[in-house]
Amino acid sequence: MSRELRVSKIREGTVIDHIDAGRALHVLRILGLTGSEGLVIAIVMNVPSKKLGRKDIVKVEGIELREDQVNKIALIAPSATINIIRDYEVVEKVRVKVPERIEGLLRCVNPNCITNQPREPIKPRFRVVSLRPLKLVCEYCGAELGQEDIIAQFTGGG
Amino acid sequence: MDQRVSTVLRGRDVISILDLKRGELERLFEEADLMLRALEEGRRLRLLEGYVMATAFFEPSTRTKLSFQAAMLRLGGAYIDLPPEHASSRAKGENLADTIRMLDSYADVIVIRHRLEGAARFAAEVAEHPVINGGDGTRDHPTQAMIDLYTIRRALGRVDGLVVGVLGDLRYGRAARSFILGLTLYRPKMLYLISPPQLSCRREVLEKLEERGVDYEEVASLDKVVSELDVLYVTRIQRERFPDPVEYEKVRGSYRVTGESLKGAKENLVILHPLPRVDELAFDVDATRHAWYFRQARFGVPIRMALLKLVLRG
Repeated sequence: MSRELRVSKIREGTVIDHIDAGRALHVLRILGLTGSEGLVIAIVMNVPSKKLGRKDIVKVEGIELREDQVNKIALIAPSATINIIRDYEVVEKVRVKVPERIEGLLRCVNPNCITNQPREPIKPRFRVVSLRPLKLVCEYCGAELGQEDIIAQFTGGG
Repeated sequence: MDQRVSTVLRGRDVISILDLKRGELERLFEEADLMLRALEEGRRLRLLEGYVMATAFFEPSTRTKLSFQAAMLRLGGAYIDLPPEHASSRAKGENLADTIRMLDSYADVIVIRHRLEGAARFAAEVAEHPVINGGDGTRDHPTQAMIDLYTIRRALGRVDGLVVGVLGDLRYGRAARSFILGLTLYRPKMLYLISPPQLSCRREVLEKLEERGVDYEEVASLDKVVSELDVLYVTRIQRERFPDPVEYEKVRGSYRVTGESLKGAKENLVILHPLPRVDELAFDVDATRHAWYFRQARFGVPIRMALLKLVLRG
């Protein structure tokens, strides 16, 4: 057993690998996992990686995450890979892909956007117009969100 | 115009000028020609008899609101108007969605103006009936752009191949923004964007010009380009856009259109202004043959008649 392996293998579930170092907690937040669901979750942060230098890993035992759930991860961890585990074996491995539309999840950066009105039944909705660099456009007011705006929203407590 | 094109606007929301294709805009203009003729001949129309329009203006407006209401009445229809106290203070704390739902159950079409960007699009999602944007924040004012393009078409017979200048606040002014976007449905020869750097056109609008292959140049003053222009679209520069009043005083003179500043202009230059004006367009221009802005304002009614007719009946 390698000394690098800090968390044991899981039997059934999902392993999200190659998360940009330091962003594992944001990944959980995007997935809507708080820990109160009762799932066994392992988080490894800042471990050495050949591809990224350092990386984070998240292991969620007992559930296989759906594609639309994991694709949102690409917003902050574009090189993340998703491994579906059954009986300790990887049965499926996919790279995350930014979805064409993002609903909910992010706030519009324009304070005068209707989506920032607290009492309206409205969910912010964005269209992805560019992947590199990542650029989203608000479907209501047309404001642009770049990679930094997105990361700031997940790290800034928004 | 074939049947298919003539019915495509029926039941549609009109939020941005880019919601329309060029063919649809041309169809609208043909309809507006008919409306204008009926108005000039004093003929009474009953095309929208039995229809009700709701106007929900959450921001002050004179021209847009009154011309929508006049248009509806001229077509034999009726309108209901959200009272200003409801619109301004939302007296009982009702949100936009609920207000729109209420109007949607009373009327066949809703015209909305709101200070927040995206409010019209949101209203269109809430309402079953068509929603027409009468201006949202600094973003869209599609019916103004329709009037502007129609005026150019009436004055010069075409929009393609013209050299157009847009002067003033290109950053926060929704009329200028919508006009510029509307031009991308055509093939102008050249578009000059004339503004102080603080009020220059937003990147997303410039990207749209590039995407649609419209040649443009950003210039800091009118003098250099005035002799080339076929159309000059003038908008107001608002004092409050400048944090420093000294800066405002410095630029204001350079963006004021006067008889003097038009000395080198082409004989048939068409000057447009969405109105109201303050002092960016001197009164001595009114008497020149270039002044099309009062006629432009008059076209507000036939254009909105045409739009209401097409949206409600096809």
